[in-house]
Amino acid sequence: MSYKKRFDGREFDQTREIETKTKVIKRADGSAMFKIGDTIAYAAVYGPRELYPKFMQNPQKGLLRINYSMMPFSGSGERVRPGPSRRSREISMVIEKALSPVINLEDFPNAVVDVFIELPQTDAGTRCAGICAASMALADAGIEMKDMVSSVSVGRVDDKIVVDLCYDEEAYEDGPVADIHLAVIPSTGELTLLQMDGEISKQDLLKAIEMGKKACIKINEIQKKSLKENYISKDKEEKK
Amino acid sequence: MKEENKNYIIKYLKEGRRFDGRKIDEFREVEIEYDISKSAEGSARVKIGGTEVLAGVKMAIESPYPDTPDQGNLMVGAELLPLSNPEFESGPPSIDSIELSRVVDRGIREAKAIDTKKLVIEKGEKVWSIMIDIVPINDEGNLFDAAGLAAIAALKTTKFPEYKDDKIDYKKKTNKNLPLNKVPIPITILKIGEYFIVDPSIEEQKNIDARLTVTTTSDGQLCALQKGGDMPLTSEDIEKMMDLAILKSGNLRKILSGDKK
Repeated sequence: MSYKKRFDGREFDQTREIETKTKVIKRADGSAMFKIGDTIAYAAVYGPRELYPKFMQNPQKGLLRINYSMMPFSGSGERVRPGPSRRSREISMVIEKALSPVINLEDFPNAVVDVFIELPQTDAGTRCAGICAASMALADAGIEMKDMVSSVSVGRVDDKIVVDLCYDEEAYEDGPVADIHLAVIPSTGELTLLQMDGEISKQDLLKAIEMGKKACIKINEIQKKSLKENYISKDKEEKK
Repeated sequence: MKEENKNYIIKYLKEGRRFDGRKIDEFREVEIEYDISKSAEGSARVKIGGTEVLAGVKMAIESPYPDTPDQGNLMVGAELLPLSNPEFESGPPSIDSIELSRVVDRGIREAKAIDTKKLVIEKGEKVWSIMIDIVPINDEGNLFDAAGLAAIAALKTTKFPEYKDDKIDYKKKTNKNLPLNKVPIPITILKIGEYFIVDPSIEEQKNIDARLTVTTTSDGQLCALQKGGDMPLTSEDIEKMMDLAILKSGNLRKILSGDKK
């Protein structure tokens, strides 16, 4: 068997269509929406703000706290129970590890930067979309960062290495599948998130990671452009 | 500090004004967008000024409640996401989110908005459950009215998923709409000093004496009430608040049917 053509007609190294917008949640200190295919992630950043309970405060460094959650109606099947689950808590934790390397936590001792990620609609790749949105929201909030973080899923569907799997590809039944989640610091090429489930050879995995890195560089361009656009349009308004 | 803010608000109201330039009985702009989530069986986004609320409907097949074997089930949930307001905290549902979901639930349930008798597959055994979830994205006041409007807007777009051989295929939606009878619309009237205002900002909301959420159907019938706030209301107050709520619901009703899908 062979996976000849992708279900949605994309090239094997092509991501789904991406749409982004910042400042989508006015009450937050920074916010962004990141849409890839049918997966939509909102991220809101609050802080740095005082951390409670007080015993959690650390005079040496601040805390980056991620809260990833799918809205109850956002699953492709049954209703998702609101509130934290084992899955959402693990994803929150790995997103925190994916983002913290680019943030200087020493900049805000005793404080917390809260990042809330919410998904109203999903079609695979939610943690990657969440990371992209969160990274933009952190930049929008004016948190000093060494670089953005960009994220995409890669994987194997039967005999092909593919970028940005959709749900139908994750659920492919006619051959083996591997689903790999990557987050990349674009300026250094370092990985800050790597999770995989499925079956894949070492060579294929390395090939998939390289494809993912390339896709992340493209995603990073979109993220940066979206953040800049905000200020360009603002300048224009001021000139008027 | 709080007292001072309140005095300022009242001083403005005395002159028939509010901080954001609105009249006492003026709503902010209301916008409804339908089908905002493909994952849901029905969904909508409501914006009232800067306040933005999403509502989504999921359906499932469950056993009916023992006291209503010949009716489908209805559930309304609301979560005050910390994403939408810096004062909301993560954790188990706060009393405010419980009140919000129950006020919306009561409006829909008591108006008999959904014809639950048409949701029975096998009496006493298998019925459709309708689960509405309300999620604020940005809270700039008046979540009650925004949530109630979003819930009914989401119900309007709800389509049954395909049900075959005892299984639901959520990927396939049918053309069959949810059987709706009535359109309940909640309007919250707030009392500050001797004044009655609608569609409060966060600041106004924090400085009220009392509030009354009045849910009405298109025929002007009342189907749910909820009083909130620390101060009592007189019968005269209540009458004035109901009149204002009925008047204001007409406009929201127009917006809801204008965007008809």
